[in-house]
Order: sequence, then C-alpha cells, then structure tokens
Amino acid sequence: MYRASRLVICHFWAALLCFAPAIVLGVGQMLMRSPLPAPLDDPNVYYASVTAHGSLMAYVFPTLVAMGFGYAITVTTLARPLKGQVWAWVGFWLCVIGTAMAIVPVAMGRSSVLYTFYPPLIGSPWYYLGIVLVVLGSYCWIALTLVNLRSWKRENPGKSVPLAMFAIAATALLWGWTALGATVELVFLILPVALGWTHTIHAGLARTLFSWTLHGIVYFWLLPAYIALYTLLPQAAGGRLYSDTMGRIAFVLFLVFSLPVGLHHLFMDPEQGSGFKFVQSVLTFMVALPTLLTVFSTAATLEVAGRVRGGRGLFGWIRALPWGEPLVLACGLALVPLGLGGFGGLVNMSYAMNAMVHNTSWVTAHFHLIFAGAVVIVYFAILYHLWPQLTGRELKAKRLARVQLWLWFWGILVTTVPWHITGLMGQPRRMATFDYTDPFVAKMGFLVTLSVIGGLVMLSSVLLLLYVLVRSSVGASAHVPPLKYALAVNPPAQVPLLNGFGLWNAILLALIVLSYGYPIGQFFFLRTHAPPGYSLTEEPRR
Amino acid sequence: MDETQDTAPGGLVAEPVVVRTETRWLLIMAGMLGIMLAVVVLTGVFQALHPLSHIEIVDPTTLHLSGEFVESNLGSAVEPDGAVTVRMIAHQYMFTPQCVTVPVGTLVRFRLTSPDVTHGFIIADTNANAMIVPGFVSEITTRFDRLGAYEMPCHEFCGFGHHGMWARVVVVPRDHFPTLRPDERMTCVPR
Repeated sequence: MYRASRLVICHFWAALLCFAPAIVLGVGQMLMRSPLPAPLDDPNVYYASVTAHGSLMAYVFPTLVAMGFGYAITVTTLARPLKGQVWAWVGFWLCVIGTAMAIVPVAMGRSSVLYTFYPPLIGSPWYYLGIVLVVLGSYCWIALTLVNLRSWKRENPGKSVPLAMFAIAATALLWGWTALGATVELVFLILPVALGWTHTIHAGLARTLFSWTLHGIVYFWLLPAYIALYTLLPQAAGGRLYSDTMGRIAFVLFLVFSLPVGLHHLFMDPEQGSGFKFVQSVLTFMVALPTLLTVFSTAATLEVAGRVRGGRGLFGWIRALPWGEPLVLACGLALVPLGLGGFGGLVNMSYAMNAMVHNTSWVTAHFHLIFAGAVVIVYFAILYHLWPQLTGRELKAKRLARVQLWLWFWGILVTTVPWHITGLMGQPRRMATFDYTDPFVAKMGFLVTLSVIGGLVMLSSVLLLLYVLVRSSVGASAHVPPLKYALAVNPPAQVPLLNGFGLWNAILLALIVLSYGYPIGQFFFLRTHAPPGYSLTEEPRR
Repeated sequence: MDETQDTAPGGLVAEPVVVRTETRWLLIMAGMLGIMLAVVVLTGVFQALHPLSHIEIVDPTTLHLSGEFVESNLGSAVEPDGAVTVRMIAHQYMFTPQCVTVPVGTLVRFRLTSPDVTHGFIIADTNANAMIVPGFVSEITTRFDRLGAYEMPCHEFCGFGHHGMWARVVVVPRDHFPTLRPDERMTCVPR
C-alpha cells in the first residue's frame, strides 16, 4: 500500500490496544453501578476507571483509527506514497507517549477528573499534558493530509479530488477546528492551576470552551464511518454510489455545522443566557440534515446494488445484497442504532425537552448507542476491509467476523435501551454506586442488571474481533487485489465549490464568531468571579 | 482505478432521476426538521419552556459571609405573592439544607449556587434539572403536583464523594405548610 502499510497497521494496533482494556473497564463500571457484586467495588476505582475509559474511548481510540484510515485513504486515492511520512511517525509516537502519560496518573488515582475535566477540580498535570500531546500528534496528521492534498491538486489541475480524499480532508479539518476549544481550555485555564502557577480557574469559561469541542468531536468520530458508507460500501455490495455530489455536500455540511452547536450541551448551565442557547439549538437542527442525507444515499446505494444483483420488487433487493461481506453487514446493522440514537439526539437538542434527560443515564445511553452502535461497528468493518491490504493475507474466519458484528449489535442494544429508560426515571449518570435499598433506586435494579448482560456480550465480541485480526495477520501471504473505491452511478465531470475547502472554512469561521463570540467574550467584560482550583488529592489551599 | 468497473456498470439510474429523488428527499427532511423546530420555538414562547435563562453572578468565596446564601437564609421561604423560594448551597459532598419542604401545587423557585466545584441537581418527574457552577446562581421554577418525598441527587461529578450527595424534597399538602414570616426559613432537616 504505497509503503504506508506499517504506518497504518501501527495506528490500528495502537487503537485496539487502547480499545480492548477500555471495554473491560466499561464492563467493570457497569457492574459497580448495578446491584450485582463487582470486583474492586470502590468509588475511587470507579471514578479513575471512568476517566480512563472516557479518555481512551473519546480521545485516543477514534483519533488513531481516523489517522490510520486517513493515511490509507491518502496514499490509495492519490495513488502515491505519503509525502512527509517521517512526520506521520512523529505524530504517531506523540499520540502513544501522550496516552501513556495521561493514563499512568489516572491509574494511580491522581487524576480522576473524568475525561470532561470538570474544573475547578484539578488532577495531575501529567494527565492534561498527555491529552495535549495526543492532540498535537493528531495535528501532524491534519497537516500531512492537507499538504498531500494540496500537492496532488497542484500536479493535477482541473481534476476533481476523489470523494474519499475530499471526505478525509474534511474530517481532518473538522478535527483541527474542534480540538481548539478543549486545547485552549487545557493550556490556558487548567494547566496553569495544575502546575501551581495560578490558583483560580474560571469554571464558566472553561465549560464554554469545552462545549466547543464536545459536539464537534462527535462528528469527528462519525465521519470515518460515513466515509466507509460512501466510498467502500457501494463497491463491497456490488453496486455503485448513488450520488458523488450528495456525498460531498454532506461532508461540507458536517464541517460547517458541527461546531457552532456545542452550547446545546450547556442548556442547563447558569453561565449562558437563553439567546445563544436558542441560536445554537436551531443550528443543531441544521447538523441533523447531512445525516439524513447520508441515510438516503446509503439506502439508495444499497438498492442499486441489490437490483444489480438480481433483486426484484419493493423489498426483494434487500435480500439480494451480499450480507456475508462484513462491511455490508456492519453498515446495514449500523443504520438501526443510528436511527434510534438520532431520534434520541433530537430530544437532547430540543431547547426545553433537554431538561427531562440532561445528565441522566439517557445521555450516556444516547452517545454509547451512536458511538458504539453506529460508528465503532463500522470501524470494525473498516479494519476487516483494510486488513488484507495491510497484511498481504486474506481475512480468515469471515464467519466469526460476522458473528462478532452481530454480538456487538445486540450487545449495544441490550446495554443502552435499559439506560434510556432509567434515565427517564431520573437516574443520574457518572455515579459510582447506588443504594438499591432506596425505593427510588430499587425500581431501576432490573434494568441496570439487564444492561450489564449487554456489556458482557460486547466484551465477548471484542475478544472475537482480536482473534479474527490476529489469525488474519499470520500464515501464508496471498494475492490481494488493490483497494477499490466506489464510483458514482453517474460520476460527475466537475464538482465546482466541492473540490476544496477555502469557502467552507470561511463560512465556518463566520458561524463560530457569530455563535461563540459573545458566549466566550462575555467572560472578559462581565464581572464574574473565578473560584480557586480544587485539587483532587490534596487539601485545598485556603 | 479501472478495476472499479467490474461490479456494476455506470448509468444504472439516469442522472435526472438521481437529482429528482435527492431533491425530493432533501425537501421532505428539511420540512420535517422545520416542523420540529417550529414545535420547539412555539412551546418555548407560548408555554415559557426555557432552560436556565439568566446570568446571575455571585462571589463563590464569600457566600458564607454575607448576602442571600448565608446559612440563616437557606431553606424554603414564602414570597408575598404566595410562591415559595428554596435556597440551597451545593458543596462537596452535600446540599445544605439536605431536606426541604414545599407545598403541593405551588410555584417553587429553586435558587442554588456552589462555593467550591461544579455540581448539579435533578428532581425526577419534574422539569427541575440544572448545573450549579461556582460563580453563578442557578434558578429554576417548577411545581410539584404529587405529594411525597422526591430524591434530589447531585448529577455532576464533583469529586470522590459525589455518589453520596443526595438531598430530598418533601412535598406536603398546602394546609400542612406553615405560614412563614417574611424572614422565616423552613427545612425538614432533623434537629
């Protein structure tokens, strides 16, 4: 793969080495919250575990997957080796070292601030520095993606950028903009206190900056999966992509609308007024649009493929699809949690309905359903799809791979459906233990226990995944045909405005200034008070 | 890239058909989102369904010294118009007071703030749900239509003792709720 196989596979293995232990932690946390006995049943262990689980799952795992997949797309779509590959390795090692630096203090119980940081709580500075290093590593990838894209465009004037490359560049840009909020919060607000240089921290400003990152990051997780839907799935299903242009429009809409919507995470916060909460609630409706377009495109693409394969009638084409292909199966299964989770999301972003569910298990259920159910399942399929390219060997145990995807699908549903219900019953999230003798809590006991079973099913699915990947990494090498991307049913000759990002970056910047300018700026002229930082492990300085 | 041709030929669906179906879908989806948005706007405007909507600043380091949140002023108070105001402090790892009494079917205005880190509270079966951020006052108005005790947990991670931070709201019949003098405060914390 244009001399990038080692680079890509190192990213994928590093991602999996973070993912697998984080799953084990997740199951442990579910046991601690349930009426069942749990190993290491101690609140301090729980909060450290949630911090590690969240940091690995939200920051490290999807970033490494996006980087690895991104390099693979860059070299295969542009059909040449990566320019500046040494910087890709620098980025990789920054991510690995950063992860270790962040996780060690968490494991020592010195930085149980949860992955959302929650200042004025202050943990070990090593944790925050580690996260900043991971972000820096990912910025190497963003820069390389843009540099390679620009040099290809210079050498191929008039040609349109392949859809997969356009989409991964949009993903990289989105992450570049998204990561700014939390990084500024870490570097300018939290780290100075953690290092003892200053003593007070502005909780309201910190929360607002974090909200900047908190929603964009969700789309950063999602976009690699959508790239697979648009550019790999049609080919695997035996058809063609319904529309190339619609794909580009969807990715551009994600880039433009993913960021100026983060304030909907602060609907219940006292430091922001109703005006901007409302504006961003409206913008959040806009960002639902590209997902709805993607659902249509995917369904239409699959129908085209099903009919090419001889499917007839209104629904006959569904049965004609090659469901034995892990990629087709995963994408088909992903649509179910995406639909369910999407409707849940509409509740969360509704300006007033949010009060029913804010900070309850409903929210945990919502983002696990979308992330694990609709995104990670497609990551698995991407790994299966790229593995032969990377190892030069056939994917073995395809049947087990299908079983793995089904287990994951049912596991996430059994885990998250009960959480949605307990959330509506008022169960708060992020709590280490519950007193099941309290009648208010006791009535949730059955549902919580049920969700633990879902977690165990997901754990077994991950073990199968690792088995299939390891088995497919050893043994005799085989002839592997080169990676193919889908062509559109009607490939567009030209894609005006949808071949670059200058205009879209400018619109994004304008929207951010409009929607976040005042919410952030107000802290510099309102006479607000900053409380002192509260060290997790030491007595507060008074 | 030539090998991509091998699975399916191009032009399976004519370009105008693709454009027409996509445009139709786009319009339907935009209409659907428009209707949802209209519902959100109309309920917000006509039923006054708003999340916390005022920015009220307070100094978290001097709450205990003077002003509205000194200890003697916490608990339930009756306003001249008959509404009830409940003032509480959320701190590591309890609410003060831990238990408040309010009358049924009456407007209750909760006013909370924090002297230390970020907390939150939720009262199940009501619209009471708010973050409590040091430096700001969180105010939320609700009404309890059912008698009995409501759990009021802190729902934002606030440190190693977070899971123990539960308060309780006891809703009593109106005639069981005493007539309070303007400066009198009431709680249900056992003495």
